[in-house]
Amino acid sequence: MQRIPILKMGPYLLVSIQVDMDDRTAMALQDDLMEQIVRHRARGVLIDISALDVVDSFIGRMLADTAAMARVLDADTVVVGMQPSVAITLVELGLALTGVRSALNIERGMDLLRSRIEGPGIADGHHEE
Amino acid sequence: MDITRSEVVAVRAAAEVVNVRHIVRRAAVDLAFSLVEQTKIVTAASELARNMVDYGGGGDLTVELLSDGIRKGVRLIFEDQGPGIPDIQQALRDGFTTGKGLGLGLGGAKRLSNEFQIDSAPGRGTRITIVRWKGSA
Ligand SMILES: Nc1ncnc2c1ncn2[C@@H]1O[C@H](COP(=O)(O)OP(=O)(O)O)[C@@H](O)[C@H]1O
Ligand SMILES: [Mg+2]
Repeated sequence: MQRIPILKMGPYLLVSIQVDMDDRTAMALQDDLMEQIVRHRARGVLIDISALDVVDSFIGRMLADTAAMARVLDADTVVVGMQPSVAITLVELGLALTGVRSALNIERGMDLLRSRIEGPGIADGHHEE
Repeated sequence: MDITRSEVVAVRAAAEVVNVRHIVRRAAVDLAFSLVEQTKIVTAASELARNMVDYGGGGDLTVELLSDGIRKGVRLIFEDQGPGIPDIQQALRDGFTTGKGLGLGLGGAKRLSNEFQIDSAPGRGTRITIVRWKGSA
């Protein structure tokens, strides 16, 4: 079984899945992420799936469960880079992935996490009354 | 209709589902399926191969390339000698699972295929055949 590396960057954890994961590898990634969220008190998790050319119901559920469990640990999750062919197939499979925040690429995903965690008004200098 | 190529792959363990995805991908690429068509048949294969391991005690996948006039397609036959499926209609329903899954594998694989057939009875094992034709996405 392989282990997918998790990078820590400030309050964020970054994962780029570069291999076709078997089920145990996917579950190990989920476990590792939960453990590291707690250990580093991470506030956000970014998962790059741009290299995945298949997301079936097992991997899809892993992504959804990871986002839900991270939420309980006070961390937001963004899944970035889903290939259009994968998105089309997931809909037909019947997996809507509601509850999983997504972004087009890593840059936009990071912007999304930052705005959620640092709040509006910091990035753009806007102040609330 | 001609079968222009046929290979059999044993699927016994969950880790071998990855293998199935690669073999089916190669067949779809060899027939110049579009990326969406490739993704659909590979995803269907992943679901049915996992079911064979999870519920059928492992089994065999036969991958066939079909040629029917100008039509080209991939046929996948998943066969196991497991307990079988007592109520096929129920098993096909989205959300139905006797395990820990989402219950989307059978229904999803059917939607992702052009042809879909289940032969199963309690104690006799399960055979699921799917076909996807090129140019039908
Ligand atoms: N090869 C098989 N042998 C026996 N039962 C099966 C097989 N494939 C599927 N099933 C039954 O059909 C149900 C639905 O399968 P599926 O739609 O893939 O959902 P899931 O795998 O999430 O349970 C399974 O829970 C199982 O009871
Ligand atoms: Mg299944």
